[in-house]
Amino acid sequence: MDIRKMTALQTAAAVKKGKITVREALAGVLAAVDEKENEIHAYLALKDRESLEKEADALDEAIRSGAVTGPLAGVPVAVKDNLCYEGLPCTCASRILEGFRPAYTAEAVSRLEKAGALILGKTNMDEFAMGSTTETSAFGPTKNPVNTGHVPGGSSGGSAAAVAAGEALAALGSDTGGSIRQPASYCGVVGLKPTYGTVSRYGLVAYGSSLDQIGPITADVADAAAMLEAIAGRDVKDATSLERQDGRYTDALICDGRGLKIAIPEEYLGDGLNDDVRQEVLKAADVFRAAGAVVETVSLKYTDYAVASYYTIADAEASSNLERYDGVKYGFRAEDAEDLHTMYKRTRSRGFGPEVKRRIMLGSFVLSSGYYDAYYLKALRVRALIRQAFDEIFADYDLILGPASPTTAPSLGSSLQDAMTMYLSDIYTVPANLAGIPGICVPCGADRSGLPVGLQLMAAPFREHTLIRAAYTYEQTVRGKEAIG
Amino acid sequence: MTQRYETVIGLETHVELATKTKIFCACSTAFGGKPNSHTCPVCTGMPGSLPVLNREVLNAAIAVGLATNCKITRDSRFDRKNYFYPDNPQNYQISQLYAPICTDGHVTITTEAGPKTIRIHEIHMEEDAGKLIHDEWTNTSLVDYNRSGVPLLEIVSEPDMRSAEEVIAYLEKLRMLISYLGASDCKLQEGSMRADINISVRPVGSTTFGTRTEMKNLNSFKAIAHCIAGETERQIELLEMGRSVTQETRRWDENKESSRAMRSKEDAKDYRYFPDPDLPPVHVTEAQLEKAAAGLPEFREEKTERFRKTYGLPEKDIAILTEVRQTADFFEEAGRLSGEPKKTANYLIVELRQLQKERGLDADRIPFSAEHLASLVRMSTDGRISSGAAKQIFAAMFEADVDPESYAETNGLLIVRDDSALDSAVKNAIAANPKAVEDYRSGKKKALGALVGAVMKETRGQADPAEVNKRIIRTLEG
Repeated sequence: MDIRKMTALQTAAAVKKGKITVREALAGVLAAVDEKENEIHAYLALKDRESLEKEADALDEAIRSGAVTGPLAGVPVAVKDNLCYEGLPCTCASRILEGFRPAYTAEAVSRLEKAGALILGKTNMDEFAMGSTTETSAFGPTKNPVNTGHVPGGSSGGSAAAVAAGEALAALGSDTGGSIRQPASYCGVVGLKPTYGTVSRYGLVAYGSSLDQIGPITADVADAAAMLEAIAGRDVKDATSLERQDGRYTDALICDGRGLKIAIPEEYLGDGLNDDVRQEVLKAADVFRAAGAVVETVSLKYTDYAVASYYTIADAEASSNLERYDGVKYGFRAEDAEDLHTMYKRTRSRGFGPEVKRRIMLGSFVLSSGYYDAYYLKALRVRALIRQAFDEIFADYDLILGPASPTTAPSLGSSLQDAMTMYLSDIYTVPANLAGIPGICVPCGADRSGLPVGLQLMAAPFREHTLIRAAYTYEQTVRGKEAIG
Repeated sequence: MTQRYETVIGLETHVELATKTKIFCACSTAFGGKPNSHTCPVCTGMPGSLPVLNREVLNAAIAVGLATNCKITRDSRFDRKNYFYPDNPQNYQISQLYAPICTDGHVTITTEAGPKTIRIHEIHMEEDAGKLIHDEWTNTSLVDYNRSGVPLLEIVSEPDMRSAEEVIAYLEKLRMLISYLGASDCKLQEGSMRADINISVRPVGSTTFGTRTEMKNLNSFKAIAHCIAGETERQIELLEMGRSVTQETRRWDENKESSRAMRSKEDAKDYRYFPDPDLPPVHVTEAQLEKAAAGLPEFREEKTERFRKTYGLPEKDIAILTEVRQTADFFEEAGRLSGEPKKTANYLIVELRQLQKERGLDADRIPFSAEHLASLVRMSTDGRISSGAAKQIFAAMFEADVDPESYAETNGLLIVRDDSALDSAVKNAIAANPKAVEDYRSGKKKALGALVGAVMKETRGQADPAEVNKRIIRTLEG
């Protein structure tokens, strides 16, 4: 059996049956790291080999003795660098947090470890999750393993690339406006953003607190369901986390499309959508029809206002969330300042990259007195209308289907010059964050140059079961066809 | 000249709540402790940390709101007040602007002029900041986050006060209500109560307000009185000179009895308030409100009335006993245990107060238990100790909370009640002092002293001198 072709769940099952050891599973992943990491640059920090091997041996022992029985027992996993993990640096790919080592571990990561996962290291990302390509990282871009001339997407580009390259069997990302789903789409892997409040944000370095949600990036839908199952659940340390009774997400891994009612918003197929992507997404709709689902075109109101509303709210929250990076307590400090205010200014001017500064300025502006009502408050009202529009669709349909991104992965270096175009490319993903609803991206073919296309499915709040069932049905049906074809 | 003006005063009062833990994390609020020893990722603003509201803070805010006749906001929210300063680890303070927990209340104050209603605009919950320590020698600043996240209530009055007397009566009233609730001890000197005073002046009869200044750094009632007088005078002088008052924040220096401008309205910061996305709206249920209302204590007015009726104590004694709730509760407990409330009250009003004053202790510091005071009162009532001994025992209780019973025994303060022992001591004294007996019988009544002294000596001072006197006379004349 080829360890490097196995999914997270397959690996865990093989470890459990004693067919392979955790040490061997780790070796498979590390072999991929040795082979590809120099070029891909998925990681910002990796644990050293010796301690990884020690942990692997300890896990092997614990699994043998029955002390660790979790569904992810022995699975090597990577986490995005905006998740705190005691013992490893947490930089959020920013100079301003250079050298910062958190004294605690994020709740979602602790839960993964409790489920038996082996944490490998921290993955690259856009600085403070602000960006769609992982090119705003202060520590250099990550390359797309499918085609290294292209970006992996972002902001969880390192996590998506690590999974796509086999440098981790699964990863955690965070999704504020598409940062899990879009890189999954570009790298040809699965990315799941849960309903807001499903996964504790404790230990996730905040970008837009009312939008941020942690979720898995995995090789397939079953792995995504298992990862979600491990990390979801109420946490008293996060006041916005919710108590849910439907935590067994792997129960939804059922290949059955019958009875599903799926809506395709016409706004998601309009101008700006790449033809190849449109074609692949429409083919996916046919797959669902063939599987017994009803698929209809609908109109999703306020889609045009989603990006503006999103950037207003996200940047407003970010401008406040990022105030704590001031050189006083941790991370980078400009040492050449004579007084406090100069120290603040120089630290933040040198510590933050241009995209982060742009968003801090935008966010500060929309919150400032005299502009608050016209921008921030209006954006909140638009957000409420967008939620309502989704509610109306979900009154009649189980799912919304569309692309995850208007294009496939752009080539490296082609995005950052034009921030507006980059922002607008988030059009299909930001609505789910504004509405707090779950969304999943599953691979759905490729464009003419062989770059992966991602299919996005969204469901009503707390309908992860429906979402996973539909994504699994699609994945299994397509795989079946591939096997036959 | 100054009679033509009246002073208009409104207060922003910060009260530090006496919860065991901080407002958004589980760290201790205890004073002292090494710098940064009562801290965690939340109250030091570590990346990825999140605030979770301490329900005790909400309960205290609701109780204070009910005690000050406020409306309780059913869905209140927290907002972020953004400003950069190192004592504030996140560079924003979590406070309440748009939907504070309490609004539209009032309290009644009483001054020489009689009762007056002072309206309360709102009460909101917020977090305290840390403390900066500047080291001049090394030209460095250090920050201690032990106070960061300590819960505060800010009580904002309407501009309803017109004199220092009213301001002090208002603060006394708040202190009384809040300390009776047990929500805070409200001590200006210790900083658990802080008041910023907004002052403006206007010609008597005017219905519009003048431009106000906000006065800070007022740590005592004395400073408040000085500050109001000083600022009123300063503003009137400006107006009389034909100049205008600038809207600004001024810092009062009690040593110099003058103030200086800190910042004017023009350079006032834009705090960019917005709802804190980390904290869901706080919903107060009907049941919670009912529970809070039922949990309100008997406040001073009702207690005064009841003490008058139940114990028949004089007004000025009741005033002392009810000044702080701890004393009133202590009095009732010790009074009940001793069955002698009036005598118990006397100890608290006279002896306790005297010792507290001598030691510079606040009235809420009672260093002995109600059981021990009750036992002392009983011993005294039963005539088992002399009044001098009672004083001595009380002083020992004040020092070390000794048990009066065993203390009296160890120190030989109990009056001897054993009749046969006393009779034999009397007999012995008479037998041993024939000269004194003779003198007494021949009319020298003073000679009795030597006999009494002899008895007291034999009983090692434990006999009641009056009783001894009586018995000797009875024996000699009987």
